[in-house]
Formats: sequence, structure tokens, C-alpha cells
Amino acid sequence: MSALLVIDRLSVRYDSRDVLRALSLEVARGEIVALMGPSGVGKSTALRAVAALQPFDDGRIVVDGFALAPGPVPPESRLVPLRRRVGLVFQAHALFAHLTALDNVTLALRHVLGQTRSLAETVATQLLASLEVGSRASAWPSQLSGGEAQRVAIARALAPNPPLLLMDEPTAALDPARRTALGTTLRHLSEQGRGLLIATHDTEFARGHADRVVQLTV
Amino acid sequence: MKKSIGLALCLSATLGAQSASRRELVWGGDAEGGAPFVEADPADPSRVRGFDVEIAERIARALGRQAARFVQVQWSSIDQSVERGDFTLGLSGVEDTPVRRARHAVTIPYFEFREVLAVRPEDAGRIHGLADLRGRRVATLGATMAYDMLVAARDSTGLIPLSYDDDVHPYADLVAGRVDAVLLDHIIAQRALRRAGGSGRGFVILAQPVALGHYVGVLARADSVLRDSVDAVLREAMRDGTLEQIFRRWNVWDQSQGALFERVLRIGRAAKAAGAPTSFQIVAYLPSLARAAAVTLLVSILSMALAVIVGLALASARVYGPGWLRVATTLYVELIRGTPLLLQLFVIYYGLAGVVRLPAFLAAVLALGLNYAAYEAEIYRGALDAVPRSQLEAARTLGLSELQILRLVRGPQALRFALAPMTNDFVALLKDSSLVSVITVVELTKQTAIYATNIGSWVIPGALCAAVYLAMSLPLARLARRLERRWRPAA
Repeated sequence: MSALLVIDRLSVRYDSRDVLRALSLEVARGEIVALMGPSGVGKSTALRAVAALQPFDDGRIVVDGFALAPGPVPPESRLVPLRRRVGLVFQAHALFAHLTALDNVTLALRHVLGQTRSLAETVATQLLASLEVGSRASAWPSQLSGGEAQRVAIARALAPNPPLLLMDEPTAALDPARRTALGTTLRHLSEQGRGLLIATHDTEFARGHADRVVQLTV
Repeated sequence: MKKSIGLALCLSATLGAQSASRRELVWGGDAEGGAPFVEADPADPSRVRGFDVEIAERIARALGRQAARFVQVQWSSIDQSVERGDFTLGLSGVEDTPVRRARHAVTIPYFEFREVLAVRPEDAGRIHGLADLRGRRVATLGATMAYDMLVAARDSTGLIPLSYDDDVHPYADLVAGRVDAVLLDHIIAQRALRRAGGSGRGFVILAQPVALGHYVGVLARADSVLRDSVDAVLREAMRDGTLEQIFRRWNVWDQSQGALFERVLRIGRAAKAAGAPTSFQIVAYLPSLARAAAVTLLVSILSMALAVIVGLALASARVYGPGWLRVATTLYVELIRGTPLLLQLFVIYYGLAGVVRLPAFLAAVLALGLNYAAYEAEIYRGALDAVPRSQLEAARTLGLSELQILRLVRGPQALRFALAPMTNDFVALLKDSSLVSVITVVELTKQTAIYATNIGSWVIPGALCAAVYLAMSLPLARLARRLERRWRPAA
């Protein structure tokens, strides 16, 4: 079976300094891959390149048949297929501060997928419940704890049902008990057939919950 | 020792100043009123000339003063200035009114004027008096007998009074079709007609006067002894013909002046102007103040709505637009913020009159709205820039288009940053709206000034006006503070 995500010799330079040099990795459906390495080694940069939030200078990225080429980031109108394929959970969650947890999740359902409000809310409520934050649906982001905010952010990224989920340092703000719970959640998602690429410097979490670890070095 | 020398010097200086003031008669008038009352002498603009100037000089001579020194004062402030002691005698087409008589020491009348209507030639057959002006716009000078008459006629005949700060623009606006009639003293009307190049071109003056009035001199209430001396001088000038000569020199003599002189000399004391109200109570002014407050509020709300719409467009152009559009909007913002609002009002109302004749209210809303749009644009631009990048990136990864991101994420979040400064701007706009009185919109401040002139005191009208402004602005300021607290960006 072909890989869901192929990163082939990806290179990113800032001001002629190499941030990423020839990174290659693959993520298959149902697989959890941890991208490991110390801070500043380019883990987040790699995720951002896959999500087309930043340009890269060399190499190739293919997500389920959709290829990104080196050079400037294409306009959003040409990235529609990619947006359907990739979900990204930011390190600081970046929940929309002016929307409730529920509305954070329904936003893409209603305005990208064109679902009616009632359908979107049904889907979002189920999603939040499956991530054990169903009771927080009407809370504002500022009222959520770190763990709750992360689950809502995962629900938001999963709402359009992308096959590939990227997560940036998901354990950064979690206590040990929450880490195990997160690991269980991720395993559950992979069992649904999704591919997960997790950028982390948490060795223990990576060893405990990832199928494969890709080590980045300076 | 030193101290006593200093005291002596100080005393002698004071006495010197006093004797100087005894040597000359300091009188006040408004040279902006122009000929034939008081105008700057074209041959020597540092001097004034006019029939009021010659009367002042005649009075000074007869009182044994060596000179008459002129002090420039705004016409509507003559009463307050004379009470403050800025000058001894106010003389500049000052009207004889019951209120003025009650509040100040007023001389006998020395000239009889007719309040006359000016209309466009095509209306001359239809309009014969105020009663024919139902629903029409009638202009005059603010704080005059004519204005009071128009306000009284508003209730009885339903005309629309418009108050101007000068006597040139009412006639210009009559010719331009912005107003349907002008009610003013016949001297002013005839001067305007000469300026317009004679009868039949632009407007005509109706022969039948609407009312009669008299010009008087005004002194501080405490100066009634001096006022009696001035009266004696004026009577003497009526008897010996000097007053007639002065009026003839300025082409304002007619038979009614001779009749007035006869009456004044026979009665000895001036007759009161008839028909005007005699008691001015606060309650009587409350309805007009309330109406003016409503105008202030309406102008402010409409201007703010315009400012928000144009400001949003400008800010979007500055954040999203191509280079040339960003330059153009920056130029607009800097031009508007760098020039006085008063100038912009004049340009839009009078300057554009040749291209498009905007009604005063619309011009006021346009000028205020376009002015505040520049400030709003800067607020919105700052607010748009203040939305964290991660929020926009999160929206992009969900697949929202740029327009959807602006509408659903960036705009609503920017609004939170913008609401408090917008509320503050609205409070400032409420107060700046007082400027629109210069283009004949009678709002709260203007109405207060008219009220204050009528009763000759700023104390009660000023306090009332301040209370109304505060009643409008304090709740808004509170709202701004609450919004700021509630929507402070989360850390």
C-alpha cells in the first residue's frame, strides 16, 4: 500500500542557514510516526511545510497524491485538495478566541463543507464527546484547561475528516496522566485508518505511543 | 521703603490708566458686520469707518473725551463683553430688545430698521410675508430679533428657520436655491442686493416689511448714569441734525428716521419694541434644547455610521489592497487627519456648492463622517494587525478562503480590539458635531449660544448644555471601559 504522506529530501533555509536538510520520511494509513529531536531542529518547520503554511527550498511533499513543490506557498484557492487531506493541531492550540468550543469545531463543517448548522452541530457534538470534552461544548477557549483546549483543537482539526493529522508538541502542557490519555486517543484515531505525524521532544511519549520514531539531528 | 515706592508706582500706574480711560471712549463693535455700520477703512485697514463709528466719535466728543477707541468684538458677544468691561459702549447695529433692556443699560433708539424678506424673483409674486413660507427654509443671522421671529413663526406657520454666522452666505444660499427666503434688516438686505449687482438678478427684496426694529447703544447695567449722558448726546444730535447728516453720508437716511427722532424727542424715553416676549424662563427653552440635542445625536450617529463603513473600506484597502491603493488610502488618511475639520466642513458645504448643492444636514454628516473615517481606518488597521498570526493560520489549515477568514475569524476578532477605541471616538464625535453649526445646522451648542445671547448670561444655558452632553457621553465612556475589560485579549 502506498504511503499517505511522503516527504522526500525536504530542505528549508532561512537567510542561507539550513533549518531542515534533506528530511525524508513516510507515514502510512493507520500509522503513528513521531518526529523527534531537540528544540530548534526543524520539527515544527517540517509540519508547517506539509500544511503549506510555509515555503520550502528543495525536495518534495506528497499527501495522498497531492504534491507540493519548492517555492512560494501557492494561493489558498489551489490548496483546496491539500486542506481536505491534512489537519494540524497547533502547539498552543490556536482555538478561535471569539467562538465557543462547539463553534470552533463547526466552523469548517459549515463554511468549508457546506453543512447545515444542525448537521454540523450534531457531528461536532459527537466528535467532542468522543474526545471526552462533550460537556465543554458551550465553553469559551479562555475557560478551558490546557488538556481540554487540546482536545477541542484535535476535534476542530478532525472535523473535516482529513486522513492525515499533524500535531506539534502535543505533550508540552500535559501532566503524566493526561499524556497516557492522549496516547490512547491517538491510538484510537490511527485505528480508524488515519496517519499521524507527531512532532515532539518527549522521548518517553514517542517510545510509548508511536509506531515509528524519526530522529532529527542538528 | 522699597515696598512703599513700589506701591506708589503701582498706584500711579493704575491712576494713569484710569485717567487714560477717561480721556478716551472705548467702544465695541463688529467690523465683520461691515459697511455701513462698522467696517475696516479700505484706505487704512487699521482704522474703522461707518455710521456707528461716526456716532461713537460724536458721543466721545460731546462727553469731553479726546478720542473714541474701537475694540473688535464678535457681534453676538457684545452684551457679555460690555458687562465684562472690555469696552464702555457697544454700538454696531445692536437691536433694541426687552431682554437687552432688562439686563443692560440701553440708550434711546437712534435708528429705525425694517425686517425685510428677500426671495428669488420667481417667488416674488407668491410670497408676501412669513405666512406664505410654510415648509420653506428661511435664513437669517443667529441671535437676532429676526431669528427669534422665525422661531416663533416656526410654531405658528411651519416655516424652517436657518441660522447663519454671517450675513453674506444667507443671500448666496438664497440665489443657490438652498434657502427660499432671507429675513434681515433692510440695510443688510440692500447691501447684499448691491453686492449681487442690482434687483432682479438672483433675488428681490419685498417692499412690505415684516417688522420694525431699532438700533441702540448698550452699556453695562452699572453704567446707567453714563447711559443717561449718552442719551442726552443722542437727543442733541437728533435735534441739531448731526445724526441726520451722518445717516445721509452713509445713504441710510429715510423719512422713518425723521419720524423716529420726533417720537424719541417727544416721549423723552424710548418706547419698547412691541410684540417680543417679555419673560425668558428656562422652561421655555427646554423644548428647543431637547430638539437641538436630538439633532446633535442624529448627526453624530449618522456620521459615525458613515465613518465606520468608509473606515472599514479604507482599512481593508490598506491591509489587503495592491500597492497603489495602499498609497492612495494613506494619502487620504493623512490629508484628512492633517487638516482642520472646520476647513473640511466649509469646503464640502460652500466649496463644492458650484458642483453639487448639498443640504446643510447632509453636508454636516458627510464632512464629519469622512473626517472620522480616517481615524476609524487607523483603528481598524491596527485591530486587523493585532489578530494573532496563529489564528489566521489555524483558519487556513481548515480550508477557509481568505474572504471567509476575514469575515469569520479576523474581522470578528479585530472588532473586539476596535470597539473600545471606537466608542471613545464616538464620544469625541458627539462633541465635534458642535462645529456643524457653522453651516447652519442648529445643534446643541449653537442652540445654547442662542439661548445665552437671548437671556444675556451663559451660566444656566452653559450648565444645561454641559449636562446634556454628559448625559450622552458618560454612558458611552462607561461602555468603552467595560468593553475594554471584557474583551481584553487573552494572555
